[in-house]
Amino acid sequence: MSTDVNVKLDALPGLDSDALPLEVKDLQVEFRTRNGIARAVNGVNFSLRAGETRAILGESGCGKSVTAQAIMGILDSPPGFVTGGEIRYRGVDLLKLRESQRRKVRANRIAMIFQDALSALNPVFTVGFQLGELFRKHRGMSRADSKVRAVELLDLVKIPAAKQRVNEYPHQFSGGMRQRVMIAMALALDPEVLIADEPTTALDVTVQAQIMSLLAELQRERNMGLLLITHDMGVVADVADQISVMYAGRVIEEAPVREIYESPSHPYTKGLLESIPRLDLKGQELSAIKGLPPLLTDIPKGCAFNPRCRYAQDACRRDPVPPLYQVAPSRSSACHFWKEVKADV
Amino acid sequence: MSDIVLEARDLVKHFPLTQGILFKRQIGAVRAVDGINLQLRRGETLGIVGESGCGKSTLARMLVGLETPTSGDLFVQGRNMAKVGGAERRRGRRNIQLVMQDPYTSLNPRMTVGDIVGEPFEVHPEVLAKPKRRARVQELLDLVGLNPDHINRYPHQFSGGQRQRIGIARALALNPEIILCDEPVSALDVSIQAQVINLLEKLQDELGLSYIFIAHDLSVVRHIADRVAVMYLGRVVEVGTEDQIYENPTHPYTQALLSAVPVPDPKLRGMRDQIVLTGDVPSPANPPSGCRFRTRCWKAQEICAQQEPALAVRQSSAHPSACHFAEVRDVVHAQR
Repeated sequence: MSTDVNVKLDALPGLDSDALPLEVKDLQVEFRTRNGIARAVNGVNFSLRAGETRAILGESGCGKSVTAQAIMGILDSPPGFVTGGEIRYRGVDLLKLRESQRRKVRANRIAMIFQDALSALNPVFTVGFQLGELFRKHRGMSRADSKVRAVELLDLVKIPAAKQRVNEYPHQFSGGMRQRVMIAMALALDPEVLIADEPTTALDVTVQAQIMSLLAELQRERNMGLLLITHDMGVVADVADQISVMYAGRVIEEAPVREIYESPSHPYTKGLLESIPRLDLKGQELSAIKGLPPLLTDIPKGCAFNPRCRYAQDACRRDPVPPLYQVAPSRSSACHFWKEVKADV
Repeated sequence: MSDIVLEARDLVKHFPLTQGILFKRQIGAVRAVDGINLQLRRGETLGIVGESGCGKSTLARMLVGLETPTSGDLFVQGRNMAKVGGAERRRGRRNIQLVMQDPYTSLNPRMTVGDIVGEPFEVHPEVLAKPKRRARVQELLDLVGLNPDHINRYPHQFSGGQRQRIGIARALALNPEIILCDEPVSALDVSIQAQVINLLEKLQDELGLSYIFIAHDLSVVRHIADRVAVMYLGRVVEVGTEDQIYENPTHPYTQALLSAVPVPDPKLRGMRDQIVLTGDVPSPANPPSGCRFRTRCWKAQEICAQQEPALAVRQSSAHPSACHFAEVRDVVHAQR
């Protein structure tokens, strides 16, 4: 059954099974709005290995969700347009594919789960129907067969009484259970890459713990690459291998998880880590980052973070944008003064 | 006694569930808040934590008078809010103000900042004569770190963090003693969150305010609160000082809640002794008999189904905890 699809995917131009499951190079996305052009993504680079978890960390409006949508090819267009760069799945540049070819990659090879499971599921179809749809459309199964598979999937994500619940509608599920249905849907066709866009933000902490441990378990079993998009630094510390921190549409720091928490080498990352309430700072003032993130229609010259940065000097306020300096092997920072930042404790 | 500014005794709120169109009859009730006792002292911050649906927002609405309790008493500075009427009641309400969660929907988009922050004076005109109000509003804006010259701007011209500051300025307008913050920072980004928390702490020091701080983010509550109450399905299951709750939690639910919080330190990954609860919170329309947490509790025994544990100090718990088998377990530092 899965060989059937591989045959179709082999037809993709330049498919190389030794290449990385996901590689994003210099991705650029802009939104053409009435108030001008908003540059949501300005040259994002990262790659994802099989079995690896990469976290994309950033605050609202930094372009992390737009990056995910561009990878999936579900950007609202217009107003959103991918204006440059490459998104490679096993060497194939997805941006150059026809929509019909992209559709085969979607869900089959790269799948996505969303933050708000209630609005991502269709309220007028049963959960079983929506899960089965994947098998009917992508695998040409019959209704009866697809339903059997739907029950198996609900079992896989540990929904109790899967046989009965497969006939229920999304509103009959609790928030955590809905997120499980979403995960089941994303894993239905055995993808190699899973993009999770804030998968637990809408959930309570005890449910969040359940969902994250389920995701980790399924990822291990399938050796799947996980692209975790989040703003929660606690979750990242718990599950990520690699981190890319985004600010104003760029990756400003990239590092393995331990090193970034130990010695951040970009002032923004440092500021984020310092603004988390910590036990030893009880009763003291939190060190907040001053000011606000920039408007994407009006990103400051030079380093986009310079108006909020305590290290900023003249060089930061002038173009060009600071390049990604190599801080250590597999570590980089887009700050002219990364040495000072890193040494500062 | 005089330093207790707010006290709730057996506060209950049931929302009726009805059936039928013409002849409505009550078939049950959602027991959103089901018997809560709280005390708030002058100048302290009481944190209330709990998951969605535990009744913390209904409690907040009752405390500020937006919701009438089904039963129970609420005392604001010694006044029983249900018994006193008219002017006396208004004076009580004036002293307790609310900062709401979502700064995007809690400000009227058609009113200027000056009108929003000045609106409390329309409701309580005796506080300040009309000609002085504008100056007072500008003073308030300055106090919360906004530019007083922006008094004629509209909410959409401000960012999320600035809007939350407007909400705080509005709450401060009548010089209340008690500010109730219902998830004041959960809609904000981390870097902005820290700014607002710092502001709230600064205002407390300068104005001697008492806070009730409702949040689901346990690390934020720990940072700001002196005492913490943990809620589950309409009840307080454990209450104590910040140290007692976080370092020596004795109720299994508190322990599970604390251990589920991800710690922003990758060195501790896989080493923390995490308690992962099974199942979901039961419906408040039909809560379990006895202890409400027993359906998800790993310690549950027969007695838990038959007898509801009282929120009391026990031999094994130095602070009030509503568990038959309360015992200290340090989950924050626990390592495998």
